[in-house]
Amino acid sequence: MKEYGRFLWRCFRLSFVGDWRYHIWMTLLTVVALFGLNAYAKQLVEGLATTGMTDQVSWGLYIANFTFLVGMAAAAVMLVIPVYVFRNRELHDLVIFGELLAVAAVIMALLFVVVDMGRPDRFLHLFRRFNFPISMLTWDVIVLNGYLLLNLHICGYLVYCAYRKRPPAKSFYIPFVFIAILWAISIHTVTAFLYVGLGGRPFWNSAIIVPRFLASAFAAGPAFLILVLLVIERFTRYQVPDKAIATLRSIVTVSLLINLFMLGSEVFTELYAGSAHAVSWKYLLFGVHGHSALVPWIWTAIALECLAAVWLLIPQRRSDVAMSVACAFIVIGIWIEKGMGLIVPAFVPSPLGEIVEYVPTWNEILICFGIWAFGLLLFTIFVRISIPVLSGRMTFDREYDPNLPDSPQRASLEPDSGSMAQG
Amino acid sequence: MQDIEQPRADAPHQGGLGMSRRSFLRHSGTALGGMAAAAAALKPLMELQDEDIPSVDAFIQKHYKEMDEAEMAQALARISAKVEERFGIEPNLRDIKPKEGVEFVYALNLSRCIGCRKCVYACVDENNQSRSPELQYIRVLEMPKGTLDLEAGNHDYDRPTVPSDDHFYMPVQCHQCADPPCTKVCPVEATWQEPDGITVVDYDWCIGCRYCEAACPYWARRFNFTKPGLEPEDVNPDMSYLSNRPREAGVMEKCHFCLHRTREGKLPACLEVCPVGARKFGNVLDPESEVSQILKNKRIFVLKEDVGTLPRFFYYFDERYPRSGAVEEG
Repeated sequence: MKEYGRFLWRCFRLSFVGDWRYHIWMTLLTVVALFGLNAYAKQLVEGLATTGMTDQVSWGLYIANFTFLVGMAAAAVMLVIPVYVFRNRELHDLVIFGELLAVAAVIMALLFVVVDMGRPDRFLHLFRRFNFPISMLTWDVIVLNGYLLLNLHICGYLVYCAYRKRPPAKSFYIPFVFIAILWAISIHTVTAFLYVGLGGRPFWNSAIIVPRFLASAFAAGPAFLILVLLVIERFTRYQVPDKAIATLRSIVTVSLLINLFMLGSEVFTELYAGSAHAVSWKYLLFGVHGHSALVPWIWTAIALECLAAVWLLIPQRRSDVAMSVACAFIVIGIWIEKGMGLIVPAFVPSPLGEIVEYVPTWNEILICFGIWAFGLLLFTIFVRISIPVLSGRMTFDREYDPNLPDSPQRASLEPDSGSMAQG
Repeated sequence: MQDIEQPRADAPHQGGLGMSRRSFLRHSGTALGGMAAAAAALKPLMELQDEDIPSVDAFIQKHYKEMDEAEMAQALARISAKVEERFGIEPNLRDIKPKEGVEFVYALNLSRCIGCRKCVYACVDENNQSRSPELQYIRVLEMPKGTLDLEAGNHDYDRPTVPSDDHFYMPVQCHQCADPPCTKVCPVEATWQEPDGITVVDYDWCIGCRYCEAACPYWARRFNFTKPGLEPEDVNPDMSYLSNRPREAGVMEKCHFCLHRTREGKLPACLEVCPVGARKFGNVLDPESEVSQILKNKRIFVLKEDVGTLPRFFYYFDERYPRSGAVEEG
């Protein structure tokens, strides 16, 4: 226990160690996070009237970001499956980065729900009267927090074992890895059920939204991970195996194509039949009665996703730069499509046919930036700590020293100890 | 590219995390600066007023269905004191239970409604709704004759006199569904259907997630995006726990068929004010009641029957050519 306390203290101190670029990055994130906190304090005083939301469009940017981030979190399993189900060893260490991303993404998603609540002071009511299993929101509370705990356990345990230079006990984490795989699919499915289960909102009341959620998540999440790995490779001594990037790249490409296909199917079904239910889609894609706030956004998203798909399919373009651009396109495109493009049109027109457009306020936008900055801050710290620990440069018997080379007895995460380090 | 983990060339070798006196001072400075920045970020919270911060009693108050009589009396006393403190008016606040053998139903005659919106404002006056920003439970749609497509309706019609000859008028409020999607989705059971068919909200339990507002197919729910603006001279002191007591910021509210009136044998405020008698209300379990007769004899319909929520709010038109006599088929 005492040893574990010392580990945490060392991690805390290590999070402040880095060169000037690291410090600028962390300072920037802290400043943005504090601006977000300031904006949230204003919202707490004035109420949600500080946002652009209305009784007509009662969910906006917060829930849009929440939805996107649940996808990012679920996408961590796309690294886990090749490793543990298909025994692809090159990816083994990288699983940790995927799961650390999941932890940061779930924390951000939960924060977005909290800032969306009108009465966060009544948070404890969830524990005193929980409408389970009737309300899908209670399912979401369970699966999101469960997923957070699972991933915290898996990463925390593996990193701590590397720190103690002892091989992790298989029985202590492998079962959780498999639970986490199923659980990741559940967080996405349940979040989609939140929306598709509402009969009064025809835009959401469509079964294909659920698989579309999964496909877009499995494109955006691994695309973000590729960007992270390229950054890690560039700025640290950590060597990311090429095979890892290649595997992620195929996952991204396939998921993106499936996502575009399902999007097309949905748009066709709605628009060709042309029933009154299609009006939200018309609003999103073309605008109705002169209201077209979302039109430039959704076409940007579609263009970015199509461009990225073409880019990834052309083999000549396999340079890092081209791939980073494609991945950034995917992340941004899916953020628009699954965020604003999925949440806001369901409210336009209102159930009584009224068209009220939603425009977020600056205070609302600042809160969103604040939460993203806080999440990236957490993720950067997680990565900052786990890299030297995993490469054996900070262990229980040795303080962190940037001058030391990687330990020859590098702690391996392989349960059958040593096979990877020697190989 | 330079390695981020390399120490600066000019930095003295400190053995990793070892701390010199200079670095200790620097770290303390950073910590102090960080705390000052966090405090500055939280400064807007200083503007919170005492009455907006929940008291301990309010914080530990139980869910409506879990309170026994003594606890309810305590809650009512606390809320009354708060109303008196804020508005200088002693309210007649009580908790009125539903009556056995009663199921309330509303019927609205579209042939009669002239779109005067008197119901909208009578409702606001009766139920202590926020005047600034304006919050209303009833929305009247001006519909062009020849369609029931809600998207063709005009919500913002503004005429010197009503009705317009080319339109009919359709007021919409909570339909008090028998299978309400709004209560299903609430994560904390802050809203539920009472035995007499009225869906209510415990304003002291709602966490303000607005999931019910997303679930409602009739746009019947309203959210207090900020503290409701209500002047003392506008307060209706006749209040009940589940209906028209003043609300706080961040909670949901909705039409409750004026349950503080109707459970005591009176009629809803929107009905009483209607100048043309378009609104009918009563107990559907009583076969002799006016609403039972209307449901039996008129050609009634409900909005959006396809969403399957079984509304207790019915619309009908007067028949211009009542059927006379029997005609042989074929």
